[in-house]
Amino acid sequence: MYHALLFLHVLSAFFLAAGIVIYSSFALGGPVNRATKVIAEVLWGVGGLGTLVFGVWLALNRPEYEIYDGWIITAIVLWFLATGSGALAGRGIQAAGDDSAVAIDRRTLIAHWMRVFWFVLLLIVMVWKPGA
Amino acid sequence: MSVLALIRPDNWDLPLFVHIFGAMVLVGALTLAAVSLIAAWRSGSASLIRLAYMSLFYGALPGYIVFRAGAEWIVSKEHLSNSNVTWIGIGYGASDFGFLLLIVSLIIGGISVRRMNRGGQPSAVSARIVTGLVSLVLVGYLVAVWAMTTKPT
Repeated sequence: MYHALLFLHVLSAFFLAAGIVIYSSFALGGPVNRATKVIAEVLWGVGGLGTLVFGVWLALNRPEYEIYDGWIITAIVLWFLATGSGALAGRGIQAAGDDSAVAIDRRTLIAHWMRVFWFVLLLIVMVWKPGA
Repeated sequence: MSVLALIRPDNWDLPLFVHIFGAMVLVGALTLAAVSLIAAWRSGSASLIRLAYMSLFYGALPGYIVFRAGAEWIVSKEHLSNSNVTWIGIGYGASDFGFLLLIVSLIIGGISVRRMNRGGQPSAVSARIVTGLVSLVLVGYLVAVWAMTTKPT
């Protein structure tokens, strides 16, 4: 059970990372195609839900971990920060009809790079598990 | 055994982070390339095809180097360099085979980008071949993630 949950949790994190990389290409001036943006949103959504659900399930499944452990609470807070930044970034980027790059306002760019920052911080907390 | 797997010496954390971070950049860039190429199938959009090849060169290749360096680092920390453990074998197999396909994709992509830079049209056949190769690499890495997390014996 533990290994299956861990696999699904890590797989979800890879979905999140793939969504972030696609959004980063938009932020860096790459073409914004409608299908590509939809897939980025699906990866971000499924990955976000998966990391949270399987992460909490893992914490409840293992006697070594408690859901109220400091590093788990920190990870959940970072997850919400990343999700909030991601929602702002997603709303601010609209697909171009001709597959060209689009102008992205400063607020949206900041929201996107903040999402990247929160995600990397989340990964650091997951690996180091401070206080565990 | 499972409890032991959860307890990791602190000096393994940095190599593990480097390994996972590189793998995430690699998989993200491969996904971007695959999605862009598939989206370009109907339209033949040169900008999407160029984005796909650029993501392989600027994202997947550096991601692979970081991921593989992290893998070698953590293998040496865990003293598993000469191990015959199945999950390590699967990881190395997926990594080596994936790298081979990535290099082939980069060569095909490089030729196509050069052609576009000279004013030519991107080759639809090349784009479809690279889509297939990149998709195959992604499936291989999915298996590798499964092996790394479930550690089958």
